[in-house]
Amino acid sequence: MYKIVSKTDLAHKETLFEVEAPDIAAKAKPGQFVIVVPDEKGERIPLTICGYDTAKGTVSFAFHQVGKTTKALGCLKEGDTLMNVTGPLGNPSEVKKFGKVLCVGGSIMIAPALLQVKAMKEAGNHVTTVLGCRSNDFLFMEAEAKALSDKVYVASDDGSIGYTGLDFLKDLLKTEKFDHCVVLGPVVMMREVSEITKPYSIPTIVTMTPIMMDGMGMCGVCRVTVAGEMKFGCVDGPEFDGHQVDFDELVQRQRLMLPEERLSSMLWEMKGGCKCGRNEA
Amino acid sequence: MAETKPKPKPKIKKEAIEMPKQKPKERVKNFNEVALGYDEAQAIEEANRCLQCVKPQCVKGCPVEVPIPEFIKCLREKKYAEGIATLKTKNALPAVCGRVCPQEEQCQVNCVLGRIGEPVSIGRLERYMADWERDHGFQLPEKPKPTGKKVAVVGAGPAGLTAAADLIKLGHEVTMFEALHLPGGVLIYGIPEFRLPKAIVRNEVAYIQKLGVDLRLGNLVGRIHTIPELMKSGYDAVFIGSGAGLPMFMGLLGENLGGIYSANEFLIRINLMKGYNFPEYDTPLRLGKHVVVIGGGNVAMDCARCSMRLGAEVCLLYRRSREELPARQEEIENAEEEGLVCKFLAAPLRFNGDEKGWVKSMECQAMELGPPDASGRRRPIPIKGSEFTMEVDTVIIAIGQTPNPIIQRTTEGLVADPRRGTITVDENGKTSIEGVYAGGDVATGAATVISAMGMGKKAAKAMHEYLMNKK
Repeated sequence: MYKIVSKTDLAHKETLFEVEAPDIAAKAKPGQFVIVVPDEKGERIPLTICGYDTAKGTVSFAFHQVGKTTKALGCLKEGDTLMNVTGPLGNPSEVKKFGKVLCVGGSIMIAPALLQVKAMKEAGNHVTTVLGCRSNDFLFMEAEAKALSDKVYVASDDGSIGYTGLDFLKDLLKTEKFDHCVVLGPVVMMREVSEITKPYSIPTIVTMTPIMMDGMGMCGVCRVTVAGEMKFGCVDGPEFDGHQVDFDELVQRQRLMLPEERLSSMLWEMKGGCKCGRNEA
Repeated sequence: MAETKPKPKPKIKKEAIEMPKQKPKERVKNFNEVALGYDEAQAIEEANRCLQCVKPQCVKGCPVEVPIPEFIKCLREKKYAEGIATLKTKNALPAVCGRVCPQEEQCQVNCVLGRIGEPVSIGRLERYMADWERDHGFQLPEKPKPTGKKVAVVGAGPAGLTAAADLIKLGHEVTMFEALHLPGGVLIYGIPEFRLPKAIVRNEVAYIQKLGVDLRLGNLVGRIHTIPELMKSGYDAVFIGSGAGLPMFMGLLGENLGGIYSANEFLIRINLMKGYNFPEYDTPLRLGKHVVVIGGGNVAMDCARCSMRLGAEVCLLYRRSREELPARQEEIENAEEEGLVCKFLAAPLRFNGDEKGWVKSMECQAMELGPPDASGRRRPIPIKGSEFTMEVDTVIIAIGQTPNPIIQRTTEGLVADPRRGTITVDENGKTSIEGVYAGGDVATGAATVISAMGMGKKAAKAMHEYLMNKK
C-alpha cells in the first residue's frame, strides 16, 4: 500500500498527490512516470512524475479529474492509500547544458514541466517557461515557475489570462533563438508547439501520453508512430522528437476507449460519485 | 499389506476416465473453468490404471521429475496428504501443472499403457491431488536450517515461483520482485480464468509466501534496483525469470488502427484487469462482432476462446495448415467445440480503417506450404494473385512474444542474444555474471509453463551449489 502524505488542489479539478514510495523516490528522474492502481478493481493509469524527495521517500504526481479513475482519486484524502504505485517507468529526459531552453507546460502537465524547468536550470541552461491553460481558473504554480525560470510567459485558450493561444510563440521565435525545446501538455498543444519550432529547426521533445496499461512494454497499447516506425510510448519513450511524431494517429489512439470511459464515469456519478462532498460538478 | 491381486488378473482398462467438462454451449457463455476435475471415485479408478512400473518412463518426460508412480500410489490408497507432499517435493505448483502442462507430449507420451490404449491421465490425477490439498489446507514442510544466504528472484511467474520455492526449502532467504501489481506472471495475466482459475494461482502463490518468500509487488527490476545493485546490496545470488512479455507485431500497414490488439494487451485486459467484468472493474475492453485472431499457438487459442465468451464470432487465421498448429490438441478441440472457425494457409497483408480510425477490413493472401524451414515446419509461401478481403472489426495479433529488454539493457556484462533478446545461459541457467542465473522464457524465448518451471528448478539446484561453495 502506498500512503498519500499530502494532497494539493492545484486548480479547478486539478490535484497533486505526494505519495510515500521510497524505492521510487530514490530512482526517479525528470521525464519518467508511474503507473497507479487505486484499488483492487481499479485500472492502471500512467501519471508523469512531477517531483520526488529522496530524504522523505516520497514521489509526486498530478492529475486532472476527468474520468472515473481520476475523479475517484480526487476523492482520496491525505492518509488514504493506493493499492499500487509502480515506477519509475520510461526513459529519463535528456538533461544537459543546451544553452537556451524553451519549456512549455500545458494544463495538468504544468506540474511535471516545472520539474524539467528545474533540472534544465540546474544543468546551467537559460530557461524560458511557457504556462498554457484553458482559462485563468486552470492556471497554477505560476509563482514556482517564476522562481525557477529566467523568463515566464502565460497563455490561455480564452485569453482570460496572459496571451490568447500560442501564436505569440511565433513572434517570440522571430526575435529569440532557442537551442532546445521541451513540451509537456495536451496533444494539440504539443503538436502546435512542434509546428511552430519546426521552421527554426529547434529540437523539440514532446512527452507522449497515449493509453497505457502495464507501462513496461508488455501490451503495446501505447504504440505510436515516430519517423514512420512503431514505438512503444512506455519503454521507447515517453519522450519523442515532436517533429517526427504522427500526432493524428496519437489523437485517434487516445480516443480508442472513449465510449467506455464515458460510461464508466457516468455510472460512477450515478452511484453517487464522490462521497466526500468536495467535488460538486 | 501387499496389494491384493485377485485371480484372474483384471483386464487393464484401455480407456482413460474422461474428464468431466462444462458443455460447449454452456461454457462459451461464461469464464468458469471448462474442465471440472475428477471426483474421488473417478480419480481412484483412473489411478488404478497405473501399472506402477519399476522403471517408470513417465518421470523421464517430466521437466521437474515429479515422482509420478509414487503419488499415484498414494492417491489410490487414499493417502492424500502423503501424496501431495510427495508431489510437492518436486513441483511447487501442482494445481497449475495439472491444468496447463502439455502432459500428452511429456509424461503421458511415455506411459507404457499408451502402447495398448490410452495412457494414464497423469495431469488430471495431479490436479485432483492439488485440489484436494486446496480444500483441506496445506501442510508446510519442516523449516530448513537457515544457510544465511540471501537470494533475489526477479519475476513471480512459473520459473521464479519454482526457483523461489526450491531455494527457500534449502534454507536460503528469498526475496521475490514482481513488476506487476499481482503475482503469477503469465499464470495471472496470460492464461484465462476458464483454463486456470485465478483463485488457484493465488493459492499457489500463498503457499510460496507461507514458505517464507518475501514478495515485493510493483517492483520493476532494472528501474528500481538493477541486478548489479541487488548484488551489491547483499544478495548472494539472483535468479532472473522475467519472462517473454514483449509482443510481436507484423509491421503491416494499418496495424495501429483501433480494434487491433496484441494478444498481450487483449489478455492483460481480460485476465489481469478483469476487463470482462467492466464496468464493475475499471479496465474496459472493446470487442466487435467479427474477431480475427492471427496466429496458431496456445495464446491464439486463449484469445479466440475469450472472444467467443464475450459474444463474438471468431475466425483464427493461420498461415500454415492444421498439422502445423503449435497449440495443444486439447485446446484446439475445446476451441472448435465452442464455435471457432479456422482459416488455414492465409496471412494478412494490410488493415483498412473507417473514418474514426477503427479497423473495418483486412486484406489477406493465401499461402501454400513449401519445404521445411529452420523450425522444422513447412514454410508458408504466398500464392500470387490470391488476395482476398475479410470484413473485421477486431483483430488480435497472437504471433509470439519476445523477452522484455529492460534487465538486459540495465545489466552491464550480462550476455544476451541480440537477435532473440534472450539472456544467454548454460544448461544450469548460469549467465555470464557470477551468481546470476536465469530461466524460463527470458532464457529460452516463449515456451511453456512447465519448461520454465523445469529451468527454475535446475537453476535453483545450481544456485544452491554455488551459494554453499562460495567463499
